[in-house]
Amino acid sequence: MPDLKIRIKRQDPGKGSEPRWDEFTVPFEGAFTVLEALFYIQEHLDGSLSFRYCCRASVCGSCACYINGAYRLACQTNVNHLKPGVVTVEPLPHLTVYKDLVVDLDDFFAKYEYIKPWLILKSPEPERELLQSPKDRKKLDMPTDCILCGCCYSSCPSVWGEENYLGPAALLKAHRFEVDSRDEARKDRLPLFDNERGVYRCHTIMNCVEACPKELNPTEGIQWLKRAAVRRRLWGRLK
Amino acid sequence: MIYHEMIVVGGGLSGLRAAIEAKKAGLDVAILSQVHPARSHSGAAQGGINAALANDPAGADDTWEKHAFDTTKGGDYLGDQDAIVQMTKDAIGCIFEMDHWGCPFSRYDDGRIAQRPFGGAGYPRCCYGADKTGHYLLQTLVEQAYRHQVKFYTDQYVARLIVHEGVCEGVVSYDMVRGGFEAFSGNAVVIATGGAGRTYINSTNAVINTGGGMAMAYHAGVPLKDMEFIQFHPTGLFSTNILMTEGARGEGGYLINDLGERFMERYAPKFMELAPRDITARSIQTEINEGRGIGGKGYVYLDLRHLGAEKILERLPGIRDLAIHFEGVDPIEEPIPVVPSQHYTMGGIDTNVDGATPMPGLYAAGECACVSVHGANRLGGNSLLETIVFGRRAGAEAARYLSLLGSKRTSARAADSVVLAMENKVRELGERKGSEDAYAIRAEMTSIMKEHFGVFRDGPTMEPGYEKLVSLKDRLGRAGLRYTGSVFNLDMIRTVELEGMLDVALAIGAGAVARTESRGAHFRTDYNTRDDVNWLKHTLAYYQPGVAGPRLDSKPVQLGHFEPQERKY
Repeated sequence: MPDLKIRIKRQDPGKGSEPRWDEFTVPFEGAFTVLEALFYIQEHLDGSLSFRYCCRASVCGSCACYINGAYRLACQTNVNHLKPGVVTVEPLPHLTVYKDLVVDLDDFFAKYEYIKPWLILKSPEPERELLQSPKDRKKLDMPTDCILCGCCYSSCPSVWGEENYLGPAALLKAHRFEVDSRDEARKDRLPLFDNERGVYRCHTIMNCVEACPKELNPTEGIQWLKRAAVRRRLWGRLK
Repeated sequence: MIYHEMIVVGGGLSGLRAAIEAKKAGLDVAILSQVHPARSHSGAAQGGINAALANDPAGADDTWEKHAFDTTKGGDYLGDQDAIVQMTKDAIGCIFEMDHWGCPFSRYDDGRIAQRPFGGAGYPRCCYGADKTGHYLLQTLVEQAYRHQVKFYTDQYVARLIVHEGVCEGVVSYDMVRGGFEAFSGNAVVIATGGAGRTYINSTNAVINTGGGMAMAYHAGVPLKDMEFIQFHPTGLFSTNILMTEGARGEGGYLINDLGERFMERYAPKFMELAPRDITARSIQTEINEGRGIGGKGYVYLDLRHLGAEKILERLPGIRDLAIHFEGVDPIEEPIPVVPSQHYTMGGIDTNVDGATPMPGLYAAGECACVSVHGANRLGGNSLLETIVFGRRAGAEAARYLSLLGSKRTSARAADSVVLAMENKVRELGERKGSEDAYAIRAEMTSIMKEHFGVFRDGPTMEPGYEKLVSLKDRLGRAGLRYTGSVFNLDMIRTVELEGMLDVALAIGAGAVARTESRGAHFRTDYNTRDDVNWLKHTLAYYQPGVAGPRLDSKPVQLGHFEPQERKY
């Protein structure tokens, strides 16, 4: 049974303590994830360790953190696939730490809420389903895969520089509805992202694409919104 | 003390749907959840949600009556039939509502919602969005909850109900970020905390599915119903028990043993791989037990290769990702090693068809509740349905109760005393110089549940298992905390929740030992037939303070639509 050396960035701001690195040795066999290592440490080595967890199957986004200098879900990260040597685990960078690996995502969700992330219907609801062709449905595949883990938001230099910028996840959600053939928001959602807080803050640095553990492309969604916004402005003026 | 007219515990599909319904009725509603609602375990559901839309040409004459019959038969006639009829009738409107709210269902060429075949169903009745139906439904309801301005309190571990003069008046919760216990008072409480899968070591469930809501109601004197009925999903990944949807077989996947046989032919010649889950899980376990697991080992293959890359990528992309990430197998190239895995708790908090429990002011919906619609074995595609149908009904009923109640105040003294009780309990746990290790006890409990209360059961195996659970409960009384910090104290949460898990495990065990018949998912080799004369009834388990196990009682099954008959598939 080999041993895993793992260094975790610890912090308890409530107690005014500075961040520190703690190193642990965790035995493991076969496939073994960073989340399993965190549980082993919490159960056997240090009961004070704090982290978020839920599905352990890469669908809920709870355990997003910064592992060996990359954005990952702890549950999806098999230690055998990391480069040999000490594994480092940090909370999502550029966010306020509550404790250890647990960060404050209130702003992240406030921005999500701000863009009206729901289907807006203006026509009366039909008795049955709203029809949608498979081709139109296919356009939703990428943006609806988002699990709101916060990796893209934490990775985005535009978010670091401008605290009001909505960020990749909220804009990808706007894209998800704007691209939905059933949505009738029209001018209800557009002004929310067609401004200095919105799409124009994206400088296509594409950190979000690299950070996304679901391999999504928020930048592409944001560019789609930019084109839609410009098109509607032009069209509005010509009219 | 924080007050909202209605408190919902749990932010998965049932809790969200209940909150939205109450909000639409004009109430002040808050959801308390251990994780942000968008992270709830509902999102891990894959295959789909049943409703007799009759959209598929092969299901053009499907009706809610046929859905009700399949559900009743699938549950081995233990389900309450008026409730089943209500669910299958409500189903159709609920699906259209989810569509109007934006759920990205997969589509037929004509634009209607696509439906796939699912286990135990006579028709392609399972509405789906690829193999991510739970994720899509969950995102949709989170979106609607924001739209309706439902208040969320996240990172909340809800520990106890506030009960004043026999009436539920709120909950006490550990605020993980602030670090302390707080009373959330409300004149109606809806528990929607999901199942108790993590009492088993081999569960498909999320780590937070510890049965906390069930334990909370149980400790307050509300009975748990039919807890012995535990569903084992036929296809969990061999090494992690992560779910591989029934939709994989709905799309045409095969189950294969070491001899290369599609062995379901021996067990369910007509339905084959799409027999109900209890039958399919037992068939797989029989193959494994008789040495026909792959290479003689403890798994069989779920083979999708013949479906082709295009269909797998379109219909089952999530399954493929999970198999690659967690088993190192690409289903396009190789068969997937699978094993029956604990998946669903058919039993739960005793409720009626409107989500009301026997305690005034307390409601429950979803997997933590037992209406009962699933009877002794739930059909695939009916759990997502249950969350939406009964979440809505519980929210509406709680709103009706509140409107009749008028402006009744909650008792501050009752709330304070529960906060104080929790604070004292945690202080005592912190000061306890424990000789026992709570994590060792948890590990033993989860193994006992798998080994002694698994796919196949018998008295001589279950009885010593039950005694072991009793001794674990005694040992837990000697386990203390390792960490007493106030903020995000996982050691405290996981130690306190273990008490509830053990009590729920004991309720499962007691019911299983007592029920001397085989019905649905409860299969005893020493009583291997269904006994309608003595056991066509629900088990009720009542918590007994100071005693290890429950007091058992029963109540009749509500029939009236379909006469019990032998189950053949």
